[in-house]
Amino acid sequence: MRALVWHGKEDIRCDEVTDPEIEDPRDAIIRVTSCAICGSDLHLYHNFIPAMLPGDIVGHEMMGEVVEVGSGAAGSLKKGDRIVVPFTIFCGECVQCQRGNYSVCQRSNRNKEFADKVYGHSTAGLFGYSHLTGGYPGGQAEYLRVPFADRTHIKVPGGIPDETLLFLGDIFPTGWQAAVQCDIQPTDTVAVWGCGPVGQMAIRSAVLLGARQVIAIDRLPERLSMAEAGGAIPINFAEESVIERLQDLTDGQGPEKCIDAVGMESHVSFRHPDTILDRVMQMNMMSSDRPHVLREMIYVCQPGGILSIPGVYGGIVNHVPFGLVMNKGLTIRTGQTHVNRWTDELLRMIEDKLIDPSFVVTHTADLADGPDLYRIFRDKQDSCIKVVLKP
Amino acid sequence: MKLFSRMSDIARSPRDPVVITPGPSVKPVADRMARGLGWFSLALGALELAVPRAITRFLGMEGHESLVRAYGAREIVAGMTSLSTEKELGLWSRVFGDALDIATLVAACRNNNPKRENVALALAVVVGITLLDLGSANAQTVTHSRQRGRNRDYRDRSGFPGGAIMARGKAVQRQRSETAGTLN
Repeated sequence: MRALVWHGKEDIRCDEVTDPEIEDPRDAIIRVTSCAICGSDLHLYHNFIPAMLPGDIVGHEMMGEVVEVGSGAAGSLKKGDRIVVPFTIFCGECVQCQRGNYSVCQRSNRNKEFADKVYGHSTAGLFGYSHLTGGYPGGQAEYLRVPFADRTHIKVPGGIPDETLLFLGDIFPTGWQAAVQCDIQPTDTVAVWGCGPVGQMAIRSAVLLGARQVIAIDRLPERLSMAEAGGAIPINFAEESVIERLQDLTDGQGPEKCIDAVGMESHVSFRHPDTILDRVMQMNMMSSDRPHVLREMIYVCQPGGILSIPGVYGGIVNHVPFGLVMNKGLTIRTGQTHVNRWTDELLRMIEDKLIDPSFVVTHTADLADGPDLYRIFRDKQDSCIKVVLKP
Repeated sequence: MKLFSRMSDIARSPRDPVVITPGPSVKPVADRMARGLGWFSLALGALELAVPRAITRFLGMEGHESLVRAYGAREIVAGMTSLSTEKELGLWSRVFGDALDIATLVAACRNNNPKRENVALALAVVVGITLLDLGSANAQTVTHSRQRGRNRDYRDRSGFPGGAIMARGKAVQRQRSETAGTLN
């Protein structure tokens, strides 16, 4: 089969690889009908996530048709079922899964011992996201083996286009969880840093959850225009001071809720000297992340407020003013997304036409064009916000 | 690269897909050049840091070893940057460094320098490398620029079939009505 394979920094290729096979009775194989390039795939593209190996198949946002089912998954799946695959693999039986904390499933990371050493306690297994998260082949491919498939799936009905359902596997529940974690009240101002795909979903989620005012922060006009369409007030940080504008929009009080949909690779510019220091430290392996957004959120957030962080961070974060977090009594909520905790509700909203997540798709192409689209997406060329690939 | 893929197969589960035929690399020529120049910069920088006396002797610039070391450090920073995701900055910093090198060599190319011929040779090499750096830096800028002024406007993409104004608070209303329905 064809698959997008990581060969090194900024080197993803469409390779011919062997087909996946059932390894465990709880497995299923799907024929991937649509998959997407996620913003967090760019961290792999830039080799900022440790433990990637040449030959790893990437991709963690995919859906398709079940073509083979292991005996242990036969009770919940059958050939021909249409499913979206959540990017977090979970067993559904361990203590964390019982609590609904699927992204920290204790059994699905097959390199748990290694990951425990690095993280203290490991995350769940993730598709196509390094050997620290299990080394599972990703879904930017024609076929995918889904481990723990009896639980790791979202059954979706026919009659709704792939593009509308595909994002149930990652960015939609990720944006939703980011907003839910904010515990939004009708009087709240929610500021969202980053108007990439997750930021766009977080904006829509905050609107649906009734925030009084949603503010979107980015520097790319096309992304800000999409944010504005979703009901947000745009701030272009390349043209104006984020702090001053947020203070103006909140009568000097600061937003009650802040969402970081940027993560470890915040934009580097001379306008924000701390970002240059961050980049130098990252380049010299003295830090793994560039936390400019975290600093800005901590500074501007209203005392007693909540910082919600769906953006991916890799490890060591330097020069974060934690004293401000403590003295302002801020709450930090973060984590990989517990996808299936939210998807029943989100699927209902799609079916009831409350939201159509396909608004975010700007580019659709054949899987073979994936390597080029990684570069176009990374360089923000051609107003690219979200790429869907058809294997 | 196929060899590396094969070696890393050791870390995979035996039944995971493995690469049969690698696809073509789509890395732009500009990126390949940046990579080559980045490694060249690192090698030259290491040389300037390691044997500055040999370099100053060759150029008839004895007593300027600290300057050569400083240039070596500059080369290493430019090399690291050219190999990073900030290739454009790395390559333009190489062009800036080339200008410094040329100025230094022109100053050393005086009549009373017994190694004047060596300096002229070094100058010719540096001018050639400068042209290469200029071409690469320019190609890098063109390849990865965002094509200013051609941004699309997505103000028609709300994502809410009923409109953004109607959508405000709808999820909370639904949750409340569902809870009420359950309680009734």
